[in-house]
Amino acid sequence: MIHQTDDDRSAVIRVTGIRKTYGSLVAVDDVSLEVFNGEIFGLIGPNGAGKTTTMECVEGIRTPDRGTISVLGLDPFRDVYTLQERIGVQLQQAQLQKRIKVREAVQLWASLYKKKRAVGDQLLEQLGLYEKRDAWFMTLSGGQKQRLFIALALINDPEVVFLDELTTGLDPQARRAIWDLVRGIRDRGKTVFLTTHLMEEAERLCDRVAIIERGRIIDIDQPERLVARHCPERSVLLTTADAGAAESFARIPHLSSVSSHQERFTLAGTGDEFVTDVIQSLSENRIRVTEFRTVLPTLEDVFLKLTGHSIRD
Amino acid sequence: MISLRGLPELTWLETKIFLREPMGAIGTIAVPVLTFIVLGRIGVGKTAEVSASVGSLFGAGGVPVLVSILIANSAVLSLVTIISIYREGGILKRLRATPLRPLTILSAHVIVKLALTAVTMILMMLAGRRYYAAGPEVPLLAFGLALLLTTWSIMSIGFVIASIVPTARFAQPIGAVVLYPMIGLSGLFVPLAALPPGLRAVARVLPMTYAVSLLEGIWRGEGWMAHMGDVGGLFAVFFICTAIASRVFRWE
Repeated sequence: MIHQTDDDRSAVIRVTGIRKTYGSLVAVDDVSLEVFNGEIFGLIGPNGAGKTTTMECVEGIRTPDRGTISVLGLDPFRDVYTLQERIGVQLQQAQLQKRIKVREAVQLWASLYKKKRAVGDQLLEQLGLYEKRDAWFMTLSGGQKQRLFIALALINDPEVVFLDELTTGLDPQARRAIWDLVRGIRDRGKTVFLTTHLMEEAERLCDRVAIIERGRIIDIDQPERLVARHCPERSVLLTTADAGAAESFARIPHLSSVSSHQERFTLAGTGDEFVTDVIQSLSENRIRVTEFRTVLPTLEDVFLKLTGHSIRD
Repeated sequence: MISLRGLPELTWLETKIFLREPMGAIGTIAVPVLTFIVLGRIGVGKTAEVSASVGSLFGAGGVPVLVSILIANSAVLSLVTIISIYREGGILKRLRATPLRPLTILSAHVIVKLALTAVTMILMMLAGRRYYAAGPEVPLLAFGLALLLTTWSIMSIGFVIASIVPTARFAQPIGAVVLYPMIGLSGLFVPLAALPPGLRAVARVLPMTYAVSLLEGIWRGEGWMAHMGDVGGLFAVFFICTAIASRVFRWE
């Protein structure tokens, strides 16, 4: 969905040099970032990296010790109630009253805002919760609870939606359904600011991501640009019975290494041209392959490269 | 101006949610009422035979006052439990991330508990008519108001307790340990004058002491003017504990 360059867009969130400590623990250290109008922006990093603290400072739930934050031109701390009217928030690991009904939660939330989005029922229908409208919160599944929290975050037709670890603990199917919902929010012109420790989620969902580690931002960009910048390596895995293949492969430009095990070859190289070069070599030398697969680095690899450890460690 | 937007909605919702929890609702309402009936049956016609200290309970308003205090205590304990469960579950935090003011969230619970206190008191009076028929000299409305004032004042202690309990599991026991011993020093069982000086000094700063004095007085038909000191004591407890709670209260 990136059709514009960064310069064309206006920043709806601007964070400059914030720092937050809890006792001697520095949770967030000199974090600066901008979130542009109409994009899905992801803050990614392992648990404890400072994602939630950063997000909660932006939402006005916490105050940073240092630095400035502006959301829709407002100061989240000073203008918190004005801001609350214009943003929607989903908190990590939040709960509602065990015995509150889905419909009651939606009605309560609707009564709190000046601006109300259409009808609560319509929202529930959209989120597939209409049949559950009389169910108690405690009886909902994980995915249903998350969808209810999304409904509550959308009830005031917010301009910016904050989603903190939205799909943690959900099964892959529920996760995909939620991704579609989030894309739908963006497609209605809203800005989405989310956190996740799932690299796949960031890669599939976010227009731009900021990688955060130990309270510091390491890099910010579109996922594909981050990959191109930090992990330009590409690999081609192929299987061929051609005896002269190894010799031909050695002449491929941008090749950094070849390894083989019986008839299976792994060719590693760098740059966008590398895959084309491999295909060209196969065609020029009339090498027949029975299997051909490219392996591109992912955000996961970028993270590993930038931090020296996997995000799951 | 402080906006209380959402207060009626939230209060009504919290009332419904409270009533849906059978143990909470029945326990909080039934226990004081049953205590009242049991003490009533013991007391009927036996005042002379029971020992002196318990016998004093069956004097003017003794049992109704004791049970009223129990009503107030169980309302406060229920408040402490709910607040700590809400904090532990992140419900308080979620409610705060809306235009709701923190004061509105807590006020809704206070109102629910005051309503619960009023209902329980009415049930107690109905259940105990045979034993403690309130004579024409007992202004029930004033007695009810005195009880609500008591509950409101002790609830401020409830918020302090709710701030310090580490997890919801400890809310009930810690609350009980703080609240129930106060009854012992309240003058209900042993007159204040009979207490050793040290304990008497402690009793002077406990809200239960003022509550008992006020409730007994009102039951005997004395006017509010005669008990302004007690009312002042309850207000003082409220303001001091609210000031403490507003500093130490944790939302998450």
